[in-house]
Amino acid sequence: MLASLLGAWALSACSAEETALVEAHLTECGACADEALRLRDAVGLLHSERTLDLDPMLRARVLESCLGRRPARVPVPDWAAPYDAEAARLDALLRDFGDAEWHAPVRLKWFQEERSARRRTTVAGVIGHLMTVDGLVVGALGLDDPLGADAPADPTERTEIYWGATTEPPTRAVHGPWRDQSHTLIRTVSFAGRGVADLSVSYGDQFALPLRDALLDRAFECWIHGSDIAEAVHYPYAPPCGAHLHRMIDLAVRLLPSALAARRRGGLAGPARDLVAAGSPGRSLRLDVEGPGGGEWFVALDSPAAIGCRERSVAEVALDGVEFCQLVAGHIPPEEAAAGQDGDREAIRDVLYAAAAMSRL
Amino acid sequence: MAKDTPPRWDRRMQQRLARGEAAALGELYDRFASLVHGLAQRVLEDDEAADRVTREVFGHVWEHPDTYDPKQGSLRAWVAKLTRRIAVRHLRQAEAKAYEATGEGTEEELEGKILQAAAAARADYIMRSMPAPLWNALELAYVQRRSYRQAAEDLGVTEDEARRRLRLGLQLLSTANTRAVDGARPPGNGQPL
Repeated sequence: MLASLLGAWALSACSAEETALVEAHLTECGACADEALRLRDAVGLLHSERTLDLDPMLRARVLESCLGRRPARVPVPDWAAPYDAEAARLDALLRDFGDAEWHAPVRLKWFQEERSARRRTTVAGVIGHLMTVDGLVVGALGLDDPLGADAPADPTERTEIYWGATTEPPTRAVHGPWRDQSHTLIRTVSFAGRGVADLSVSYGDQFALPLRDALLDRAFECWIHGSDIAEAVHYPYAPPCGAHLHRMIDLAVRLLPSALAARRRGGLAGPARDLVAAGSPGRSLRLDVEGPGGGEWFVALDSPAAIGCRERSVAEVALDGVEFCQLVAGHIPPEEAAAGQDGDREAIRDVLYAAAAMSRL
Repeated sequence: MAKDTPPRWDRRMQQRLARGEAAALGELYDRFASLVHGLAQRVLEDDEAADRVTREVFGHVWEHPDTYDPKQGSLRAWVAKLTRRIAVRHLRQAEAKAYEATGEGTEEELEGKILQAAAAARADYIMRSMPAPLWNALELAYVQRRSYRQAAEDLGVTEDEARRRLRLGLQLLSTANTRAVDGARPPGNGQPL
């Protein structure tokens, strides 16, 4: 009976009377005295401080050092690196979450019909959303689409199907399948050979991206939603490394002329001022992106077929790289974006609105 | 608490690493980095030193995946053991350097410190691996200073069961102190890795 108290005694987790009884017993029972000593020593090995969060940038450094020691025979393609890094970063954030965090409310935000749109879900719901939209890329690679072979290609429709499929809200059970799928994606593109980078991934509605860009877009979404989640549970979440951020910005800038043309067709942007032959320099907006991942870009204003250039620049917008990404994600309204603006006001407005309009659920 | 991966996963990971698949290396890191870094941190009590150990451990597994023998146990246990060895070696080097610089300390003190650090790392691994019910009970008593009666209430178990879990948890943990020290100076000229 007293032996059963030894653990509680060693941890000072029993009453004063019990402690006295145990200690009296220890003076006359050698076996218990030995065990008591061992358990007290074991208490000395317990430590309560939570292990510090790993520096998310350590992963890249460790992998690089490994690959320097022994080059990979099957490397991860360079264009898949941002997705690999962002999925790993989000995975590390999720790893220590308890049920309370998984069910924490998250407010997703994007820009639609000229204003901010919002949708409430949970941390688990966000991961489900990422998984179902990643499923587009998975399907394009000929792997099993998590929503089944007949699932639609539109990301929003896919998410609604997933969220609507059960009456129960999603739980932490979604973590494993999301992570397994992202690992499978990385592995599959590693083995697929060079041509796979140009494989077309359809997002429905006549919109498609080559796989290299689709995966970059998924990396972008993974970061943006990772920061939505982190904000919901009050964790810090840094932006991607500069090199990856630069590629994400570059993708958004490349898509801007088409987004602008689509808005023009819908009467939401000013008319084309000067149509030039395809492949020729056209009227442009100079985008000066500051901070890590920044750079200078020229956005063709009148047609996606024209080429942006400095010589025909009619306006200038300067903003921080992370701010630009938040604009593209629909987290900042276009009228509040851009610290510095100079030149043709219609061009500036049209470009900022087109950037925000690229966002979606 | 983190659990061993299934033996099939371990064997497959080993094959993929042997094949030189960079994606497998990434998955290995995602699975074990927090274990490796945590153990190294426990031994060395220094974040940068733990980063270096982490780099060395994954470097070793990536370069020599064939040195893992699935018959000897799980990949996770092997990685933990490797980490302890490398971290203890780093500690020994750091302490020897400090001794050269200051001339303070004796051989016995150094060995004592290393024994202690190795036991701490084994304890860390045991804590990370023990069944959740045992760990939850220990955490309530140790971290939250709950009595076993309060812990029983918190856990929704009988007082008998709470006492049993605390004792069993500590018994498991105490094996960290009694096992042969894998960081001790080996006979001959060094620790084979």
